[in-house]
Amino acid sequence: MKPKHALVSLVLLGLLGCGGGGGDKGAGGSTTAPAGGGAASGSGPILVGHFGSMTGSEATFGQSTDNGIRLAVKEQNAAGGVKGRMIEIKTYDDQGKSQEAGTAVTRLITDDKVAAVLGEVASSLSLAGGRVAQQYGVPMISPSSTNPQVTQIGDKIFRVCFLDPFQGWVEAKFARETLKANTAAILYDQAQAYSKGLAQYFKEAFVQMGGTITTEQAFTGGDQDFSAQLTTIRQTNPDVILVPGYYTDAGNVAIQVRKLGIKAPLLGGDGWDSTQLAAIGKDAIEGSYFSNHYSFQEKRPEVENFVSKYEAAHGQKPDGLAALGYDAARLLFDAMGRAASLDGTALAKAIAETKDFPGVTGKITIDAERNAKKSAVIVQMKGGIPVYVTTIEPQQ
Amino acid sequence: MTKFLQTLMDGVAVGSLYALIALGYTMVYGILQFINFAHSDVFVLGAWVSYTIAVTLGYAAANAEPSVFAGLLILFAAMATCGAVGFTIERLAYRPLRNAPRLNVLITAIGVSLLLQNVGQLPWFFGTQPQRMPSLIEDKVLGVVSGVSIHAVDVIGAGTAIVLMLILEWLIFRTRLGRAMRAVSHDTAVASLMGINVDAVISFTFVLGSALAAAAGFLYAMKYPGLNQPAHATWVLLGLKAFVAAVIGGIGNVRGAMLGGFLIGAIELFGAAYLSPHLRDIYVFSILIVVLLVRPSGILGSTVAEKV
Repeated sequence: MKPKHALVSLVLLGLLGCGGGGGDKGAGGSTTAPAGGGAASGSGPILVGHFGSMTGSEATFGQSTDNGIRLAVKEQNAAGGVKGRMIEIKTYDDQGKSQEAGTAVTRLITDDKVAAVLGEVASSLSLAGGRVAQQYGVPMISPSSTNPQVTQIGDKIFRVCFLDPFQGWVEAKFARETLKANTAAILYDQAQAYSKGLAQYFKEAFVQMGGTITTEQAFTGGDQDFSAQLTTIRQTNPDVILVPGYYTDAGNVAIQVRKLGIKAPLLGGDGWDSTQLAAIGKDAIEGSYFSNHYSFQEKRPEVENFVSKYEAAHGQKPDGLAALGYDAARLLFDAMGRAASLDGTALAKAIAETKDFPGVTGKITIDAERNAKKSAVIVQMKGGIPVYVTTIEPQQ
Repeated sequence: MTKFLQTLMDGVAVGSLYALIALGYTMVYGILQFINFAHSDVFVLGAWVSYTIAVTLGYAAANAEPSVFAGLLILFAAMATCGAVGFTIERLAYRPLRNAPRLNVLITAIGVSLLLQNVGQLPWFFGTQPQRMPSLIEDKVLGVVSGVSIHAVDVIGAGTAIVLMLILEWLIFRTRLGRAMRAVSHDTAVASLMGINVDAVISFTFVLGSALAAAAGFLYAMKYPGLNQPAHATWVLLGLKAFVAAVIGGIGNVRGAMLGGFLIGAIELFGAAYLSPHLRDIYVFSILIVVLLVRPSGILGSTVAEKV
């Protein structure tokens, strides 16, 4: 073999090796789980699965949701469980990766035989896990995936949060009416269904309300250099910049936005909701706004009650994902109590019939598309915490 | 013009980091003819060790004063740590395979890379959360040139990278040790017959390459303070781009790696700024394909006749 060919093949081999290596570091992904107690029938505890990003760039999403779910389980069991049986929760980490999400749901359903699945936060991961749940006919409730496609998977997939067309409209309304913005630039994550969708819905609503989008720029989640995109955005001098990504990226974007001397406020979505947003963004994220499902500062009795219980259990203020995890789990237990049996079809029917369920994040009624219609809040980052600004109700 | 200057400045800053990492790939290839795929993980280690030291020294506190002295201290500590790790990797993983087929060593390198990524995620190392690197250089704008503000952190970063490269250049071409490295790279057997301690030279090469990667990691953390978690796919991609820089410049050629690094930085940022940011990674890898087709030994690489 001539040396140049040897080099070419060595390079290709190396690229292959590393590409595979990057995606395949699922620690413990193939260990077998102890067999569950056949949750759908029989006695013993009812097993409920949760798949979430317990590690990775969106780790607080999975951790908060899991905390919320576990609080709901504890309360339910203290009150006698469901149908006289205790609830047991089984959580698998998907590391924030779609391939791991599919594997986690498959394991929950085929190995552990869970009665229902809770998860995910990120829409791309709910899409991956939801397809598996639908295929096996096991009901799945996503606490906080806002992309419309998630519940379009099929009749077993539900959610307890609002959708991105609404969230995009809320952000546009807030930008136009409260921030008095005439122009907006968008910097979205092209690898996330959530981010792309939200960017699109914001754009449609903002333009419809008479605003102008100066430029749309994209990055890929995890990128740390946004200088090319931000230099272009700076040239168009927008009144507000929409960054509909997740919190790690939002923090990184904010740092560079301020470094480039751009003064326009940043606007984000519920993907910003994490204590890590302020930990990474620090000063740069101060003053930015984002839309969310609830604020722990709201003066509703459900919220105050939940916040004090959660703080006692986990020692921190619950973010929106914790509240939605709590709501999703409680709504599921309520449906389980009403369902004729715990098999997929009967349980899905009971979930679909949920009406005016009193959740922490608002009253939840599951509509014909298996979605919930709820109000949104806008919060502003001040002194490292999201401070409640206003509530925006859906259009009738 | 503002956009052009801004892009050029960012291109140089990013390019200097690629160049530092590429040097490690190229030096090891020059001597052992194998690609050390664990090298990019040493770079990640450098960034996270810098973060850990900075936090331990209390620079994460809200009232901590940035200090250039502390910056230098952390830079050297990270370089020393990673140099030691590089030495250990070579001693434990690669030296036993010195006479094995190259493919075995390559596969071992990928194994070491996975090991470093996953150990880094353990709670008693760096954990799985992204973190904010404390700022050690005061965020000062040194001046504004036609609308582009020049930040102290960028100037110091690129300056440090260039100084390190000049030191390396001197070390390789002006010292006895450098001459020994070049001799081993040229012909290991003959070099050892001439009384050069080949094992020591190889160890030194790994230490040097790893220390440069650590410096790149430190400078990266200064420039992009929101550190992704240690096993994030972004780090793998950065390492791959640096490797591409080494190949484009001519793998095995030290000056080629520097040239390649700056070239890749410029191609990536100008492509993202003037063509489309959606495809920024694609520009880099397209250039790799073109170079491999047109000039497989790289821009500065020499076509060496096969040793018989």
